[in-house]
Amino acid sequence: MAFTIRIQAEPFDTAAETASLTGGRADIGAVVAFTGLCRDEGGRLAALELEHYPGMAEAEIGRIAAQAETRWPLLGLTIVHRFGRILPGDEIVLVLAASAHRQAAFEAAAFLMDYLKTHAPFWKREHLKDGTVGAWVEAKEADDRATERWGHAPA
Amino acid sequence: MKLVYFAWVRERVGKTDEQVEVPDGVLTVADLVRWLKGRGEEYEHAFENEGIVRAAIDHVHAKPEARITGAREIAFFPPMTGG
Repeated sequence: MAFTIRIQAEPFDTAAETASLTGGRADIGAVVAFTGLCRDEGGRLAALELEHYPGMAEAEIGRIAAQAETRWPLLGLTIVHRFGRILPGDEIVLVLAASAHRQAAFEAAAFLMDYLKTHAPFWKREHLKDGTVGAWVEAKEADDRATERWGHAPA
Repeated sequence: MKLVYFAWVRERVGKTDEQVEVPDGVLTVADLVRWLKGRGEEYEHAFENEGIVRAAIDHVHAKPEARITGAREIAFFPPMTGG
């Protein structure tokens, strides 16, 4: 199965990505789409800055996608992760998981997001409304725990 | 080998990347961190809590005990916060 994996500064269009994943096919019975958006953190945030490790980001997401493929009977996967300056309300990440039935698509999408958050080399920094550059966002233990529930990590 | 740094590790070290010749006896990621900490207070600061900073060897996550022999590029960075 071919994955679509893209790391880009530009926004993405979920409907267009979904159409491109399912177009011309009749075997897919379920597509689960997860879109991660930039919050304004109660009006405090002017933007998020996302730094990434070019080369490793693509490679690591490819390894995570390959792991998902061994666990669920997937018929297609699209992962798009943005970098650079992202404004509140704008999208950061897209995961599309396609399968014949919903269970595999739901579970694979959740697995992919848990691993993306804890293993894909991206780092967020806050830019605040008062014009100052805020802190680097700290990793959450809850994200590690969410990842651990899937058991053995991909190498 | 080439070392690359990201996010606050990059800011503390004060550079995005550098080419280094590591001495004999520096065999693992943990050895490399120890050697770097001896090179100046910016490295001391970046690696002050060794349990926090993560490493990758040639674009693959690596544990402190991983061997660095033959590596082209070693990266150091904070825990990831993408998604």
